[in-house]
Amino acid sequence: MADRRTHRLRLWTSAVTVGVVLLAVLLVPPLVQLDEQAVDLSQKLLPPSWDHPFGTDDLGRDLLLRCVYGLRISLLVGLVAALVATVVGTAVGAAAGALGGWTDRCLMRLVDAFSSVPHLLLGIFVVALFRPGVWPVIASVAVTHWLSTARIVRSEVLSLRTRPFVDAAVSGGASRWRVTVRHLLPAVLPQAGLAAVLMVPHAMWHESALSFLGLGLPSHQASLGNLVQNARSSLLAGDWWPTLFPGLLLIVPTLAIAGLAGVWRDRLNPRRRSELML
Amino acid sequence: MSRRLPWGAMARMTGRRALAAVPVLLAVTLAVFAVAAASPFDPVKAYAGTAGLTASQENLDQLRANLGADQPLLTRWWDWLTAAVTGDLGDSSVMRRPVAEVITERLGWSVLLAVTAFAVAIVLGTLLGVLAGRRRGGLLDRAVSSAAYTLEAAPAFWLGLLAIWFFALKLGVLPAGGLTDTASDTVTADQVARHLVLPALVLGISQLPWFFLYVRQGVGDALDEDPVRGARARGLSRRTVLTGHALRSGMLPMLTLVGSRVPELITGALLVETVFSWPGIAAATVQAATSVDFPLLAALTVLATAAVLLGNLLSDLLYGLADPRVGFDG
Repeated sequence: MADRRTHRLRLWTSAVTVGVVLLAVLLVPPLVQLDEQAVDLSQKLLPPSWDHPFGTDDLGRDLLLRCVYGLRISLLVGLVAALVATVVGTAVGAAAGALGGWTDRCLMRLVDAFSSVPHLLLGIFVVALFRPGVWPVIASVAVTHWLSTARIVRSEVLSLRTRPFVDAAVSGGASRWRVTVRHLLPAVLPQAGLAAVLMVPHAMWHESALSFLGLGLPSHQASLGNLVQNARSSLLAGDWWPTLFPGLLLIVPTLAIAGLAGVWRDRLNPRRRSELML
Repeated sequence: MSRRLPWGAMARMTGRRALAAVPVLLAVTLAVFAVAAASPFDPVKAYAGTAGLTASQENLDQLRANLGADQPLLTRWWDWLTAAVTGDLGDSSVMRRPVAEVITERLGWSVLLAVTAFAVAIVLGTLLGVLAGRRRGGLLDRAVSSAAYTLEAAPAFWLGLLAIWFFALKLGVLPAGGLTDTASDTVTADQVARHLVLPALVLGISQLPWFFLYVRQGVGDALDEDPVRGARARGLSRRTVLTGHALRSGMLPMLTLVGSRVPELITGALLVETVFSWPGIAAATVQAATSVDFPLLAALTVLATAAVLLGNLLSDLLYGLADPRVGFDG
């Protein structure tokens, strides 16, 4: 089956890519005794070569090293933001689904109201008023990303509520809280986890966009968005590499994570072998 | 196709949605003011700028009273709201002009960019989607689909910068940004058209993956449906089957959902207008945010929310028209 072979291929390339990215991001900064901020003006704007595989930027800093540091920061911000958004989304979704009635209606109207403001705009609004810093960025990403998790968890809880094991727990005298925490939440966790994993690249994208607009992380921190922003003047002088590589480093992990999450989703729900959607 | 349009039902749905939009918009404006009140942002310091550093406390207090910033949150919100209804949205500090004027002047350019970009995305997406959906799993399908996933992961600002590098600097065929040539002080149609090409292409292409995947899925599924099989069995040509049957049932859902893509379009416009210095409202939003121009930022956030709600309404109306089973009850 050619289909299964491409499937396996996708799984392995994604897994290897994510592994390489994680190893690079975790191991390079402590092991390699190089300063990514080291300025060497005699080496400025060198095109990619063996010494500098990604070239150097306008201050002579090695771009490969800066990209690894940038990916590290962007990944960290993405992970924390996705985690916060998932916790908030799961709490809201579980509350809406388990309590039902007016609570459900009010919470879902809240979700609707939030989703009628475009994500990046809401993010920009939050960051503009609370910046600068890392936490405003994380908050702005989290505040725009918990909506889908809340919807997913709520609908899962609603469908689980009709199952016999919940009825059994209720007739066994379990309180609403106990049913929610011991029976409903563990059953929704895989779905929420999948949503969280898929959220990481999205959160990284969000952080990069904010940083690129000059609203994200402080510009001395080499996040991927800041790298692209700093490269703008070099680009207008015709030097393409400081712009190209940070963007590629955003695309590659995104595709790899989406590939892995796609495989996970097929396992969770074999009936719907849908396309991997980002 | 000469079916009478259900104007009554559509008007009723529009009315219901307009009524439902009022509380949402009110909530958004109130939230905007509440977030600003909770933030370290101080409207008096923002208004006074560097002069605020040397001004006496007395003057600052006077300014605070003049601006109404000493009022409680709800009072300020209510004052802003009642003024906004009469068309007075306050003054933008970064543009040094009334907010309403900034919006009316810039809205047209943003709409021009957005409509052109949507047209690019729809035409290209349909074309590629049909070609790929016709033979799913084929070489063309796999190549274009992989490209679409990659494109979906690529940030629009990055695509824009690479486009500037390639088309404006390397080839020198298109201008790198702005609305008119730097030397020119009049706005002429052919200058605008030349400056529109790159931003519209980049914005359109950043929206393309979604359109492409939707048409591909629709056409592919439609080719497996009974009416299409029947048409094939009757010996109709491939082309007739494709354009007359599969394309029609495959594309309608996509066209009707265009309205619900407004949030993504606004997100893309925020980045693309900034990269290309396009004088639209999305670029103004970013400027307002970087210099914490609260009146402009608040007005534009509410405007964007209204645009999203309008897009949702449009898409539901079109969907009801395209598929009578759906109706206009929502």
